[in-house]
Amino acid sequence: MSDHHHKETFVTKYIFSQDHKMIAKQYLITGMFMGVIGVFMSMLFRLQLAYPEQSFTIIEAFLGKGGEGGQMTPDMYYGLVTIHGTIMVFFVLTAGLSGTFSNLLIPLQIGARDMASGFLNMISYWLFFLSSMIMFISIFVHTGMASAGWTVYPPLSALPQAMSGSGLGMTLWLASMAIFIASSLLGSLNYIVTVLNLRTKGMKMTRLPLTIWAFLITAIIGVVSFPVLLSAALLLLFDRSLGTSFFLSDIFIQGEVLHYKGGSPILFEHLFWFLGHPEVYIILLPALGITSEVISTNARKPIFGYRAMIGSIMAIAFLSTIVWGHHMFVTGMNPFLGSVFTFTTLLIAIPSAVKAFNYITTLWKGNLQLNPAMLFSIGMVSTFITGGLTGLILGDSALDINVHDTMFVVAHFHLVMGISALFGMFAGVYHWFPKMYGKMMSKDLGYLHFWITAISAYGVFFPMHFIGLAGLPRRYYSNTAFPIFDDLLHINKVITVFAIIGGLAQLIFLANFFFSIRKGKKAVQNPWRGNSLEWTAPVKHIHGNWDGDIPEVHRWAYDYSKVDDNGDLWGGQDFTPQNIPIRDGEEEF
Amino acid sequence: MKALFFILIFVVIATAFWQFFKLLGLFKKEQVASEKENNINGWLMLGLGGFIYGLMLYSMIQGKVVLLPMLSASTEGEHIDNLFIITMGLIFVVQFITQFLIYYFTFKYRGVKGKKATFYADSHKLEMWWTITPTVVLSVLIIYGLWTWNNVQDLSNAENPLIIEVYAKQFQWEARYAGEDNQLGIGNVRFIKGINTMGVDMSDLSSADDIPVRELYLPKGRKVIFKFRSQDVLHSAYMPHFRAQINCVPGMITSFGFTPSVTTLEMRDNEDTKAKFDAINELRVERGDDAVEFDYLLLCNKICGSSHYNMQMKVTVVEEEDFNSWLKEQKTLAQVINQ
Repeated sequence: MSDHHHKETFVTKYIFSQDHKMIAKQYLITGMFMGVIGVFMSMLFRLQLAYPEQSFTIIEAFLGKGGEGGQMTPDMYYGLVTIHGTIMVFFVLTAGLSGTFSNLLIPLQIGARDMASGFLNMISYWLFFLSSMIMFISIFVHTGMASAGWTVYPPLSALPQAMSGSGLGMTLWLASMAIFIASSLLGSLNYIVTVLNLRTKGMKMTRLPLTIWAFLITAIIGVVSFPVLLSAALLLLFDRSLGTSFFLSDIFIQGEVLHYKGGSPILFEHLFWFLGHPEVYIILLPALGITSEVISTNARKPIFGYRAMIGSIMAIAFLSTIVWGHHMFVTGMNPFLGSVFTFTTLLIAIPSAVKAFNYITTLWKGNLQLNPAMLFSIGMVSTFITGGLTGLILGDSALDINVHDTMFVVAHFHLVMGISALFGMFAGVYHWFPKMYGKMMSKDLGYLHFWITAISAYGVFFPMHFIGLAGLPRRYYSNTAFPIFDDLLHINKVITVFAIIGGLAQLIFLANFFFSIRKGKKAVQNPWRGNSLEWTAPVKHIHGNWDGDIPEVHRWAYDYSKVDDNGDLWGGQDFTPQNIPIRDGEEEF
Repeated sequence: MKALFFILIFVVIATAFWQFFKLLGLFKKEQVASEKENNINGWLMLGLGGFIYGLMLYSMIQGKVVLLPMLSASTEGEHIDNLFIITMGLIFVVQFITQFLIYYFTFKYRGVKGKKATFYADSHKLEMWWTITPTVVLSVLIIYGLWTWNNVQDLSNAENPLIIEVYAKQFQWEARYAGEDNQLGIGNVRFIKGINTMGVDMSDLSSADDIPVRELYLPKGRKVIFKFRSQDVLHSAYMPHFRAQINCVPGMITSFGFTPSVTTLEMRDNEDTKAKFDAINELRVERGDDAVEFDYLLLCNKICGSSHYNMQMKVTVVEEEDFNSWLKEQKTLAQVINQ
């Protein structure tokens, strides 16, 4: 296949490319574009929360009639939080993260020429692009963007009478998500087939890097759960436009009784969270896979407990599909069901704890190369623990009663999946940038980016737990209607200041990224002295990945600092790539 | 147009950065961490660990005053509070230890040229320990949690409970007491007409003595069972001081119950409440607003439309005899409608 070079035009090389490396870059850039919008929106609504009575020129400038006089309207606020959530969860941390790194790394790390189907892969990206554009356009429709919260619970999301964002904005939201799901399914099927069938000689499943394990399991949960969201979206579309009553019943709004009868919004919640919870792990597992790889490489040590890591990924994935009810403890569903979901939910803490301890042990007695990617990975382990621990409160039905839907929840999930996954994504970009563009990113700007981001992430989300424990509901446009929340305003200001600093710090990353593509220092083949196969491929991208034969694999990906019987490093260097045969007297781990 | 202006400013700033980086030569140098950078960042990571500790301690000390009163206003809430304190204690212990290990190890093992990392890839003993320990701890939490949950949710054996319907709509709460027969008349949105805003079926024999109200009064020491309905979209009835919350779902009746244990007046005398309200009133006076007194609240906690953030109802807990005399003064639904 590699000998078969047909001539590439600009269009087939850069636009309708079927090469997994180009598609990965397309995913990344699209994800970054959406990310800029998502983060910018969060900065605007943080202004509203901290300074509810002040007017800002920037709000007036960007929000038009939703920000007349420099103050945003409630509908605009709800629109911003809804689209912020949707964009960050699906477009940045699902497609931007999985789409980028699964595409880039699966063929390169398992030793394949490309994805199983380059054509489906291309379709998958373009469907994602289409759904991104529809979501982007939906922001500007004149009745307002979808604004019922990113969970779009009906009846609020189903009835344009209930909220103006539930008009055309919501229709576009549903259309965009339906296309997004199709894209995600095509991608996931491709990843699964590729990992299972196209591994190079010697690449046993037990020799796969943990990144690949994470991508594989992520793709499997995606295939299992995304179709359920598609059905929910379609049924909601039917309720909205064909007058069916899947989710609606007994509604009196604006002076009239609607005809809907017999449906239940709870059904929608079940369908939504059947995807919604696994979605958390669809976001998180790739980030955990990336950090495993980055931490091991930069600690110059094997990842501790490789098999336990795989086991916990599988356990987390399995459990993630049977815990969705913990988002619904207070919906009025049967309390016995609540008990079952409490049980399964708290069990997830066990594999998560195993993973956390394994990361910490990997750091122990390492020789840590603190590159920006490594800092982000360590930061990720830290936020994963900080955010994950409060899951013990939210996953416990009895405790959830009083913190459900408060800012405590917002703090929890932003740390455990938002920030953790973003850190994982940044780690991935810094680490594999040389593989993507053949250049190095500036480490100084990387450090600056990390330090500002890490401090502001904690500065935003740590105090947020406390305003949640004070009883402040999430999705309040303003806290001024309740005197009992008056004393939270100064904490909200602190949060907003950190949020704006943290948001602006991402410009450093963007500048670094785009500048490095053009002007970055040329990368060597294996800049981080890593073991996995992608570093045996030439720096220059070629269709088919390797000149000549695909390398054969003889060992796992974590032979860092392996010593022989005399205590000397094998081969005199602290890493042994996977394609090096087992030496005389060496035992395969 | 102004938006374009802002975007233009961003572009100019970005270009300025670009030129600045070029001058600094940031992109020309070696881009793999050197020993010096390992050292600096190792120390900084230790500092980040310190920052996180500082933030935790500061938030715990300074944040305490803004929290809900530690005293639960319902008997059932006390179990929730106990479980909460135990879980929080556990969280802080684990958080302190693990964060210490992460940042201390990062600092201690920061890369040094020529140093060898230890090849340490697995240990069944360690793996076993950190599977078993969380399992044991979680078993305790799960058992205590489920016991508390069932205790709170079980409304079956309440003796002579007070039954109240709480009715949600965009963007206000209404309520109706079950009246003398302690039975609520049937309600459905199809019966909404004029003054019958909650859609009560007046042909139902239990309806006439129901008592509609716009503010909740609850007796101390008697179990209250709430039945929730919604007229339009999802709402959530959240009464944080009672540790109570349940969604109001159109087309369905949900329920929740608790026994109020602290009257409004008693809660106003509570130390936590006083401290919090002193702070609040100081801010309010500074701003030129009136000072306020503590009151229990029912607030909406599920996004329900543009005024979701201001959907509230006052709740007052009084001694049982005061409650009974208050209730006698209220008009029944039949009286209200036939007026």
